[in-house]
Amino acid sequence: MTVKSTARARKKAAPGVPDNLRAGSGSAPELVQLLTPEGDRVEHPDFPLTATPEELRGLYRDLVLVRRFDAEATSLQRQGELGLWASLLGQEAAQVGSGRAMRPGDYAFPTYREHGVAWCRDVDPLNLLGMFRGVNHGGWDPNEKNFHLYTIVIGAQALHATGYAMGITKDGADDAVIAYFGDGASSQGDVNEAFTFASVYNSPVVFFCQNNQWAISEPTTTQTRIPLYRRASGFGFPGVRVDGNDVLACLAVTRWALDHARSGNGPVLIEAFTYRMGAHTTSDDPTRYRLTEETEAWKAKDPILRLKAHLDKEGLADEAFFAEVEAASEALGLRVREGVRSMPDPDPTLIFDHVYAEPHAQVAEDRAEYIAYAASFEGGEHH
Amino acid sequence: MAGQLSIAKALNEALRKSLESDPKTVLMGEDIGKLGGVFRITDGLQKDFGEGRVIDTPLAESGIMGTAIGLALRGYRPVVEIQFDGFVYPAFDQIVSQLAKMHARSLGHVKMPVTVRIPYAGGIGAVEHHSESHEAYFAHTAGLKVVTPSNAHDAHWMLRQAIASDDPVIFLEPKRRYWDKGEVGDAADLPLHSARIVRPGADATLIAYGPMVKVCQEAAAAAEEDGRSLEVVDLRSLSPVDFAALEESVKRTGRGIVVHEAPVFLGMGAELAARLTERCFYHLEAPILRVGGYYAPYPPSRVEEAFLPDLDRVLDAVDRALAY
Repeated sequence: MTVKSTARARKKAAPGVPDNLRAGSGSAPELVQLLTPEGDRVEHPDFPLTATPEELRGLYRDLVLVRRFDAEATSLQRQGELGLWASLLGQEAAQVGSGRAMRPGDYAFPTYREHGVAWCRDVDPLNLLGMFRGVNHGGWDPNEKNFHLYTIVIGAQALHATGYAMGITKDGADDAVIAYFGDGASSQGDVNEAFTFASVYNSPVVFFCQNNQWAISEPTTTQTRIPLYRRASGFGFPGVRVDGNDVLACLAVTRWALDHARSGNGPVLIEAFTYRMGAHTTSDDPTRYRLTEETEAWKAKDPILRLKAHLDKEGLADEAFFAEVEAASEALGLRVREGVRSMPDPDPTLIFDHVYAEPHAQVAEDRAEYIAYAASFEGGEHH
Repeated sequence: MAGQLSIAKALNEALRKSLESDPKTVLMGEDIGKLGGVFRITDGLQKDFGEGRVIDTPLAESGIMGTAIGLALRGYRPVVEIQFDGFVYPAFDQIVSQLAKMHARSLGHVKMPVTVRIPYAGGIGAVEHHSESHEAYFAHTAGLKVVTPSNAHDAHWMLRQAIASDDPVIFLEPKRRYWDKGEVGDAADLPLHSARIVRPGADATLIAYGPMVKVCQEAAAAAEEDGRSLEVVDLRSLSPVDFAALEESVKRTGRGIVVHEAPVFLGMGAELAARLTERCFYHLEAPILRVGGYYAPYPPSRVEEAFLPDLDRVLDAVDRALAY
């Protein structure tokens, strides 16, 4: 192709955005969906799913509680109890569906918004709040629930996940890894390098991209000119786009992808097509960069309402069930509120506690200097 | 394994012993397999330990570092080779934001036993990006240990200790000394951070590390002919620094001169001079002086001799120190 014709092609493509990249679009033909926004079950030939009524109720419960936890954290930020919060509002189905697809031996590498995945991995929600309150940088033991620490630098964890997956292969283990990241991260070198490493080493890692349409203020069209799931083909592994607001589709596709990966077939990229209903973080103001109509259109695809509609239509849950979920939601809210408010500040010497696993002379010197300085104040403590 | 070995061979032997003694040790890097690395430091290791232990990687430095972190999380002990100093910058985030901080972020739950081997510094007539001294970037980052040997014996035991360490270690290999030979004994059970008096002296202390230790030894030998007695201290570790050893030496000689290849401005010498001045002020006969590279990009190789400290520039600094 000549330079001239390339330029012409670009010019032609520029004014229009491909339909399947539009933030308002969720109905592109390749989208895997098992539950319509109206709550009706549909079948997909490649991703069958049999879910018992109990499992469906369990997923509903997860979605409601995760949303409640998130709402509580947003409120706590507004009340000054948290320095910042990254809300998952709107992405509950993507996280719960993929999170519930994991087996105990599988390992998740999150960004900083995977509160729903953490919930599925049975990580105490209060653990997630330490970083946002400013009492630690994470602090939980990732190996306890196979849920890694939150990673702030965009996309860096995709490589950690891939390296971990390379280790699984070396161990000959029957496990798989999920690396979470967003549409913005798909532009990062680390994510693309992770694709390369995972592909050439045939590593058991599922790349789970939550395309929530916005990287702070930048739309997906600023990250890519092709649908994100198609990136996978260039690296030599399958890519699937799933309705990210459909918990059943997310569950089925992720379960398939994890099995595919753990069976020695190599990585999979899942693009969960969803929408961030709230702000990027509590410091963000989405009214500056996106239209109310767009947000309203996505409200109609709400992951919780559609599963509730399904449960209602099929008579799979009664009033007592919904009352029980509501009560659990209230209890969780209370526990989170009280837990955060009573979360103690760490002793300042925490600064020095875990810089190295082994003794380090400079840290020891700085610690001694701080302790002597603090002791020089009246009462022996520096306030 | 006693005998005369080059630094390159001593490093190769250290890697071999580490691979033998711990099945979780894996080597990763570009061209480290069949080729044995561009400097042949990993020569023969893939043949003996297999492609699963000595891993040829895609050409992506951040990818190498990031996946090494993941392997460490899975319980492995990765030893990463960065092909040349100037190629480490694409991996900078993975090193300073991820590798260095993982232990602290997890409140001590996670260990990061990763060794990053980097052939560094100049003097071999290389093209751009093949001669950089970036030790200050890494030493400035808490969570990393930074070490550099100056001879074959140290290269051997320091690399074995670096690999055995549960903390991440940036292991800087003075590439212009790769072929220098020396006696190598078995890996000593020394702490990784101890400085060493290479040559005792009474009039001034030359503080150096890596490739500049040899330059300082030559300067001390030349100064002796002029009746001057110079002590030479090899730092070996840049984080942590063995300040006790430096302080003891400088207090005794009353003069200190720090010599390194990296630009003087905000380099290791700045830190060493400041601390030694604070601690030895009443013992000093002269300010702590620094000899190093200029505040300029590493130059084209035809003029690198003007950039690199040599025997005469060190001796000039000795003259200045003694003139106070």
